[in-house]
Amino acid sequence: MSTSNKPLSVRGRFRRLAVCCLGALAAAAGGAAFAASAAPDASAAPAAPAAGKFAGVGRAATPAEVAAWDIDVRPDFKGLPPGKGTVQAGADIWDGKCATCHGSFGESNEVFTPIAGGTTADDVKTGRVAALANNSQPQRTTLMKVSTVSTLWDYVHRAMPWDHPKSLSTDEVYSVVAYILNLGEIVPSDFELSDRNIAEVQALMPNRNGMTTDHGMWRVDGKPDTHNTACMKDCVKEVKVSSQLPDYARDAHGDIATQNRVVGPVRGADTLQPPLAGKAGEHAAALRAHAWSTVAGAGTGAAAAPAPAAAPAQAGGTGAAGASQAAPAPDLAGARIVSANTCAGCHAVDRKMVGPSYRDIAAKYKDKADAGEMLIQKVRKGGAGAWGPIPMPPNPAISDTDLKTVVDWILSGAPAAN
Amino acid sequence: MASPTRTGRLQRAPENFVSPELAGDIVRHGLDETRRGFLRKSFQAAGSVLAAGAGAAAWAQQPAGDGDQMILEPRPWTTSLGRPVAFAPYGVPSRYEANLQRRESPGLTRVSAASVAFAPLQGFFGIITPNGLHFERHHQGWVDVDPSQHRFMINGMVRQPRVYTMDDLMRLPSVSRIHFIECGANTGPEWGNAAVPTVQYTHGMLSCCEFTGVPLSALLDDCGADLVQGKYVLAEGADGSSMTRTIPMEMALDDVIVAWGMNGEMLRPENGYPLRLVVPGVQGVSWVKWLRRIEVGDKPWNAKDETVHYVDLMPGGLHRQYTSIQECKSVITTPSGGQVLLDKGFYNVSGLAWSGRGKIKQVDVSFDGGRNWRTARLETPVLSKSLTRFNIDWVWDGSLVIMQSRAMDETGYVQPRYGQLREVRGSRSIYHNNAIQSWKVAESGEVSNVHVE
Repeated sequence: MSTSNKPLSVRGRFRRLAVCCLGALAAAAGGAAFAASAAPDASAAPAAPAAGKFAGVGRAATPAEVAAWDIDVRPDFKGLPPGKGTVQAGADIWDGKCATCHGSFGESNEVFTPIAGGTTADDVKTGRVAALANNSQPQRTTLMKVSTVSTLWDYVHRAMPWDHPKSLSTDEVYSVVAYILNLGEIVPSDFELSDRNIAEVQALMPNRNGMTTDHGMWRVDGKPDTHNTACMKDCVKEVKVSSQLPDYARDAHGDIATQNRVVGPVRGADTLQPPLAGKAGEHAAALRAHAWSTVAGAGTGAAAAPAPAAAPAQAGGTGAAGASQAAPAPDLAGARIVSANTCAGCHAVDRKMVGPSYRDIAAKYKDKADAGEMLIQKVRKGGAGAWGPIPMPPNPAISDTDLKTVVDWILSGAPAAN
Repeated sequence: MASPTRTGRLQRAPENFVSPELAGDIVRHGLDETRRGFLRKSFQAAGSVLAAGAGAAAWAQQPAGDGDQMILEPRPWTTSLGRPVAFAPYGVPSRYEANLQRRESPGLTRVSAASVAFAPLQGFFGIITPNGLHFERHHQGWVDVDPSQHRFMINGMVRQPRVYTMDDLMRLPSVSRIHFIECGANTGPEWGNAAVPTVQYTHGMLSCCEFTGVPLSALLDDCGADLVQGKYVLAEGADGSSMTRTIPMEMALDDVIVAWGMNGEMLRPENGYPLRLVVPGVQGVSWVKWLRRIEVGDKPWNAKDETVHYVDLMPGGLHRQYTSIQECKSVITTPSGGQVLLDKGFYNVSGLAWSGRGKIKQVDVSFDGGRNWRTARLETPVLSKSLTRFNIDWVWDGSLVIMQSRAMDETGYVQPRYGQLREVRGSRSIYHNNAIQSWKVAESGEVSNVHVE
């Protein structure tokens, strides 16, 4: 899909930027990257009036530079480039580039809160989403909140798809926005959104009248909502505890002792155990001992190296010798690569997210002779079907070396650092 | 428990730090034969000492026999040679401090590239957040921007749109200011009920640093910004999300900084290296990281994070937009949820107070659930739109206690109780929860998060 009679599509523009970037990379920290004056276009800069108060610092931006970066679109559509796109074209783009995270109909709650849902034909008429007032939806979708269609356009254009932002052409952005609007039944399925009719669409946005700036929190001298006083004595009649954490949620954040200092007036509670009973001071020794075991537990003196994954299992607190002879640390290079890259958006080590966990993948394929090569191909080219309907996107950018490191790490059981 | 015999487990002394790699390293760095031999002997001696480690004896307050073995028996670090300089060329905390880390709250978000890592407020002293523990909030992952390729542009309603390199910006007249940064959603999970166990998760989207940079007003002036028609500026990041936020011109001209420095070093990548906006008193989302552009305009932009997120749902179903100011708030950090007081007796109760509208004027602390209050000591410096540390003496008698702190800022505004806040804003707002926090101290000494209307 390409834009029609426009000077340069956004995608084209970014390709050109990418080439520039490569040039700069090649020059490393050489002159090109640090250059204060724009290379070829500098002469095209507007004649400078009195701006530039600091001699030798900064320079005029060229029109091409401003055009490349000034991509914001306002509610009055200032900044909106001309173009058009149909719901149908948007649906095709959606399936390939958006459904992975958002679901085929923008309904997915797996990665982000849903985009569509919760709005009605009546909301389109009134411009107020009724579900927000009567609290009838489990959560607020994008279309329940967003008040201006310009926001959808601006955001899809600047930040989507999540792992390849700014890769959609102008017309593709129009198409995707048209598809989203259709998901909310704001426009019909044969609709074509364009710069010419987008203002009419604005008049249909379900929550267009749902925003207010009538509050005191935008300006530093704004009027506050509440008016408490600094009462010092007998301020309340009855102290009523209205809420506390239920015991079953005690371990929801793990062992809090591992999140507190091991010296000082307090220790973290061992929240993997039931709440402490008894009186003050009765638990001091046990608290100190448990806290100490969280930082120096194995007592090996091997402070500099992170504990290998195998160690905590045997770190009962007594066997210094045993812990010091623990298995050698697993190779975590693969773990570092996946956590530093877009993989982390969909996969976790030990739990299913959008995609399967690395350990589930390891369990499924570890005994297959050609598993390594098969997974390398799968990551490289993408695919669907092995773990459900949500497709795995292709990953052309990862290097062969990194890809092999990742797959080896997965097939070794995806060990974690701690 | 005070027995002087070594009942604790045996462990190698912490000083037994000389790994073969280090020894090799010392050699490589040019120590002569004599010196090397001396070092080896010292380290071997240190390694042969068996310390009681964390056994009860190590912590004992009341000595038995002649006295405390920690005094009577020389400790290995007293009788051995320490490590060389620049052993860790970029220093790191003691390994005994390893528990204080920024952490995600399980279940809060589903993707770690669009998530939050909370700062461990329960372990902080004073008002400055160490750079490695500054809270993180990213919308599309964090990037480490090459400073040689970074550009900062000002365009829009200016006489001349201009471009600056990092070399340019860092030549300009800079200021260094200490300010807090708090996410608008800090304490958000607590709107309806007590939801998370510790101050790290209730209040940890909060940090405070000394930021260094050039006032945005100087740069706007340099471009000839139209201050008559130009009512707002848009700040935009250089990362994948290219996040945008609208800032009123009066703020932009007041105390907003285009910053590169953070506590004496460059910004950390997670905090926007090499350039971020500092918008004192305003929620963190407006402190755009990896800042690449400021545009001057005559109307707000209604960006994604101004109409889909960072909007406060009110009871009638309206959303408040551009709720930017972080109102006056405080929290006791020691002791706080998830901690256990070791025994009865004296404690220094300590916490943080801050206001997006100016300086903290007073902090009061209650030990009886808000019935009666005592005024805490404010530690200096007390700065505008900065964290302020407060302390108050307390002797715990071992009974059940509900402790609270309540801050007042220089405008006279007093931090609200939960009931007061919910009366106006309901409980679905997500953002801007500045209610008084309550910690219950059980008779066992265990502290937990509770709500008191």
